Amino acid sequence: MTMTYTRKTILGLTAGLMSMTGLTGIALAQQTTLSLFSPNDQAAVAYTEAMIEAFEAANPDINVEIEVGPGGTERDNMVKSRLATGTMNDVFVYNAGSLFQAINPVQTTVDLTNEPYMADILNSFKQTVTANDGTLRGVPYGQAMGGGVLYNKKIYEELGLSVPMTWDEFMANSAKIQEAGYAPVIQTFGDTWTSQLFILADYFNVQAKNPQFAEMYTRGEAKYANTPAAMAGFQKQADVFNAGYLNEDFGAATLNDGLRMLADGEGAHYPMLTFAVGTIAQDYPELVGDVGFFALPGDDASLNGTTVWMPTALYISANTPNMEAAKKLVEFVASKEGGCDPWVEINAITGPFLIQGCELPADVNPAVADLQTYFTANGRTAPALEFLSPVKGPSLENITVEVGSGIRTPEDAAALYDEDVKKQAQQLGLPGW
Amino acid sequence: MKKQLPLISGIAAITVSFFVFVIPFLFIIFMAFKDRRQAASRDFSWPEGFHLWENLVEVVTTRNWMMITAFVNSSILTVVSVTLLVVLAAMVGFVLARRDAKWNGPIEFLILAGLMIPPAVVPTIWLLQGLKLFGTLHGMILIEVAYNLPFSIILYRAFIATIPRELDEAAIIDGARPLDVFFRVILPLLWPVTVTNIVVQSVGIFNDFTNPLYYLPGANNATVQLTLYNFQSQFNTAYNLLFTNILLITIPPLLVFLFFNRQIVAGMTAGAVKG
Amino acid sequence: MSVTTADSAGALQTTVRKKPIQARYPGWFILPAAVIYSVLFLAPTVSSLYFSLTRWTLFDSVFIGFENFAQFFREPFLVQGLINTVIYAVVTSGMKVVIGMAFAVLLTSNIVARGYLRSVVFFPVLVSTVGVGITFTVLMHPTQGMINETLALFGIKGPGWLTNPSLALYSVALVDVWKGVGLATVIYIAGLVAIPRDYYEAARIDGATPWQNFWYVTLPLSRPATATVIILSFIGGLRTFDLIWAMTKGGPGFASDTVASVIYKQYQAGFYGLSTAGNVVLFVLIAVLVIPLTMILNRRRGHE
Repeated sequence: MTMTYTRKTILGLTAGLMSMTGLTGIALAQQTTLSLFSPNDQAAVAYTEAMIEAFEAANPDINVEIEVGPGGTERDNMVKSRLATGTMNDVFVYNAGSLFQAINPVQTTVDLTNEPYMADILNSFKQTVTANDGTLRGVPYGQAMGGGVLYNKKIYEELGLSVPMTWDEFMANSAKIQEAGYAPVIQTFGDTWTSQLFILADYFNVQAKNPQFAEMYTRGEAKYANTPAAMAGFQKQADVFNAGYLNEDFGAATLNDGLRMLADGEGAHYPMLTFAVGTIAQDYPELVGDVGFFALPGDDASLNGTTVWMPTALYISANTPNMEAAKKLVEFVASKEGGCDPWVEINAITGPFLIQGCELPADVNPAVADLQTYFTANGRTAPALEFLSPVKGPSLENITVEVGSGIRTPEDAAALYDEDVKKQAQQLGLPGW
Repeated sequence: MKKQLPLISGIAAITVSFFVFVIPFLFIIFMAFKDRRQAASRDFSWPEGFHLWENLVEVVTTRNWMMITAFVNSSILTVVSVTLLVVLAAMVGFVLARRDAKWNGPIEFLILAGLMIPPAVVPTIWLLQGLKLFGTLHGMILIEVAYNLPFSIILYRAFIATIPRELDEAAIIDGARPLDVFFRVILPLLWPVTVTNIVVQSVGIFNDFTNPLYYLPGANNATVQLTLYNFQSQFNTAYNLLFTNILLITIPPLLVFLFFNRQIVAGMTAGAVKG
Repeated sequence: MSVTTADSAGALQTTVRKKPIQARYPGWFILPAAVIYSVLFLAPTVSSLYFSLTRWTLFDSVFIGFENFAQFFREPFLVQGLINTVIYAVVTSGMKVVIGMAFAVLLTSNIVARGYLRSVVFFPVLVSTVGVGITFTVLMHPTQGMINETLALFGIKGPGWLTNPSLALYSVALVDVWKGVGLATVIYIAGLVAIPRDYYEAARIDGATPWQNFWYVTLPLSRPATATVIILSFIGGLRTFDLIWAMTKGGPGFASDTVASVIYKQYQAGFYGLSTAGNVVLFVLIAVLVIPLTMILNRRRGHE
């Protein structure tokens, strides 16, 4: 190997290599290209692709590129970094409710209050995308979901059980299920977020007992540790662990495992959000008929109802250079053709739509039909706490894993969670903390 | 007896290494052959049927053939960054090992600091925007160079210290210019550690996940590791595709390794003769 | 840049007469690296120090003095995290030194299938950390994982590698060693081949046993390699994050949290000032442990 480099050739080589990198990223001249930051769960990606196809067919001069971002808390981080540095995609999908408040929406997103399509969007959703100056910033990107207990109807039929209306009935059912040789309660701490459902889905019961809880909680006056109704969620999670009702591999099982166990009839109850029914329908189409839904019961049968989650929302980034095209896309997503039909087309119905004029198809899965009965009845739904208060502690899922594995007592856990929440409230600069 | 010992210990080593190092990779390969349903149970079992091709097609075509874009981007990023790293780090290592200047101490502290301090993401983004380098491969290349320099310099420095001074001092007294000394005398002698540098850094940069996530946004700028996000989603996980993806993105580092494997051995032997 | 380069080279040439040999190793060789490093790494890092004293939402920041540091030390699992971090770093770097050295001796000996063994040991270094994390999480599953299913064949009920709070950290450390030992081995191999044959020759004439050979020749003469392996893997261990995050996310609960994962959780939660303060704490921790270690290792090297 002969080395005859000079400084010039080295610099030349470097410059050459650097200029090679200019090869990528050739822009299309006459078309507007919109970049959409999409969520990465399977159903949302499938919907996004179907929706974009329909949108591009109707708007041949607009080309939409999808960037699939990460999920979970990593997504929160990325969205915030991009918004803060002005590098967000033209349009992006992100949570409504407490997480929406944390992205400083007045400065980072576009005001959509006066768009005509807002009249067709249900008020229950609109309040979760209202910035603190009263303006509307997003449109629904999906359907409402219920949080409660997915259960195996076959096991219930076989043992002659009926849907429990109180926690005691739930535990009694579970005892019978265990005797029959099934796992009464499925837990899946391999996906840590799934451990929170006992607390989050219990919010209907909290609100039924303490209607003022959300406001007082936001002001720092109500705490989990000193509100018995709020503590109950932690207690329930400890109850099922102490009774030995969990599946053997609860510490490592993932959401997918949990859904398989539920559909197969290895386990009977799975505290979960109804979006998961879509996954069952995709992976075990012949078994999705065996899966039903009921609300996480409280201690009073006369106050029984389900906690409801709003879908994520589509927002326009404040610094988009393609405002006109972005607004067209948002308008499309707010319409029946863009916001509802593609979901029906890909068969991923998880709950009611939030756009007026959108009907659920007649043949929805039993779990979604069960959820519908709560919506049609009066006063049997309540939004999850994260849609009523901007305060949500980031460590809840770690704490609930500890409670659900018997590492920490419910009292301890509630106190620890109150500490966790305090940091969040201080970060948001809320008064009273 | 003396001849059998290497054979026996060799067989023992092969057996142990098979269980410890080979089985996990067989597992990845088996998973890539399975269909979604069989993969969901994630056991070490023989694939029922041959689904590798379908899995590959699905992984490669997802998101508008994003995998292809990602491979192009990652290759450019890796090759350019590693080239710069090798040249720049060897130069620094050379000077640090040969000069006994009083600021060697502070420089070494800064190098160690680079290994120790986790980078500050948001200020870096602001800076890149100011330099008009944000979201460009050029910017990403410079970031990778900056973040990986300390490691390369430490490797070079340690090995330059083992090369006898007489070699380059003789050349200097002959009147050769510093750059000539460096490229003609030093750099060829450094080939073994250069190979180590190339292999380790190219793999590190190719496998980098976090930095492109922050500094290189946009579907056009996707890198290979980001494609894992397509399949490792929060709500639904398609393990067959996930492992097909892992398998696919392991191939380029494997090629690099197969190519340099002989060079590592050859380079080391050469180094031993001269040392 | 070329202008600066020429200037500093010229400036150096004026000092040539005073320090003839020294100055021929031109200081400007450092310059390109120094510019890239200072601009893209040092400058943002230094500016982030200010933010560690603020409550920072990315959109605006409020100066709150040392409140973040106080808060960081109030984190319920920080003390456990500090202990875990040190345990993790000691366990992984210790195992990498011992196993890496053993592998290197084995793989420079006259063993059959040497090429295959070298490749197989080194190969995990190449695979992406996320990929390795995902794979081993699956293999270490308490009931369906291959490891425990194999143990079950021998009638042993395997532990919950990643679900048992007192075991999780060590399981991740084990995978870290699995993935990283190849690099330590290569560094050692390079060190071993560089040892002049004469030493072994002399030892052979003195009638040294293989063990004496290792103890009196190989071990002391591979000290530079040992120093490199220890420093790199110890710092790597203290900073480790990717693998822990890919495998346990610090769990179950908080059982395998390290300082880096605590910091990252603050970052993810949007507590940017707090997480920057954590970065400073981690840096100080590393500096306090690593700088004396480096000095000890370098001093020993100097005595050789």
